[in-house]
Amino acid sequence: MSFRVRVRVMPRAALLDPQGQAVENALVSLGFAGTGDVRIGRAIELDVAATSRDAAVARAKEMCDRLLANPVTEDYTVEVETR
Amino acid sequence: MRKVAVVRFPGSNSEMDAMRAAEMAGADAVLVWHRDTSLGRADVVVLPGGFSYGDYLRSGAIARFSPIMAAVQRHAAAGGAVLGICNGFQILCEAHLLPGALMRNAGLTFVSRRVPVTVERTTTPFTSAYERGTALSLPVAHGDGRYVAAPEVLATLEADARVVLRYTTDDPGADSGNPNGSAHNIAGICSADGNIVGIMPHPERAIDREIGSDDGLGFFRSLLAAPVAVHA
Repeated sequence: MSFRVRVRVMPRAALLDPQGQAVENALVSLGFAGTGDVRIGRAIELDVAATSRDAAVARAKEMCDRLLANPVTEDYTVEVETR
Repeated sequence: MRKVAVVRFPGSNSEMDAMRAAEMAGADAVLVWHRDTSLGRADVVVLPGGFSYGDYLRSGAIARFSPIMAAVQRHAAAGGAVLGICNGFQILCEAHLLPGALMRNAGLTFVSRRVPVTVERTTTPFTSAYERGTALSLPVAHGDGRYVAAPEVLATLEADARVVLRYTTDDPGADSGNPNGSAHNIAGICSADGNIVGIMPHPERAIDREIGSDDGLGFFRSLLAAPVAVHA
């Protein structure tokens, strides 16, 4: 079976996110009052061939642990849907 | 004579400078392609600066899986000397040969200038030619140089004197200060055994007074006393 995997990688909450801060300042200066805690991460989508949905999730998590996310600085979430 | 292997990744840009610096100091330098699997009986490995794989995903994240990195891991595990400069430091962190990570500069801008740094540890293969506390002026050129690590990791680095270079922040000079927001003003660290060193500044770009400074030459003079690798 083929699955579509959506990985969301975000900088860990305790760490300074200067990109998020810069975008937040820009949004506020555009007049979007009340904007706060902007954080910028990345989204990665890919196809995975696996025998089951659980196997696809396990494979995606292994990809995150080994390459897609840095365990020192980032957290990730994985969503999987049938292709 | 010590033999230095400088690894060229796709996107490296300081490998020739590193070779020249090693040769100027009196070492024998060879260039090793990242797809090679052997370091060619080198005593010392240098991972040079640059933008390997275009810094895609994260700086150093893809280069750490280059075929040569298995040989670098073996060399390091055997106590061999490894120096990562700038992108090389990022690769060493991604490869878990050094703790922590290097994130986007706090000011978001690419910083390219000379910065004052202090040599805090001299018992490494790359800083033994300096006196502890020596003030150097070294070039930095990076966008992702903000050193971060978990609080307990930072505490260990400090307690075990593993901060090799620190940005000088109490110097009255105009260029003084932490250029990227690094934790504890860290500019470079080493492994627990001291044989693996990662630094953001570029000593290989400061080896000749004719072009500004030779403050960095000591990194390469030091390696003349580095352990000779034992090759099976």
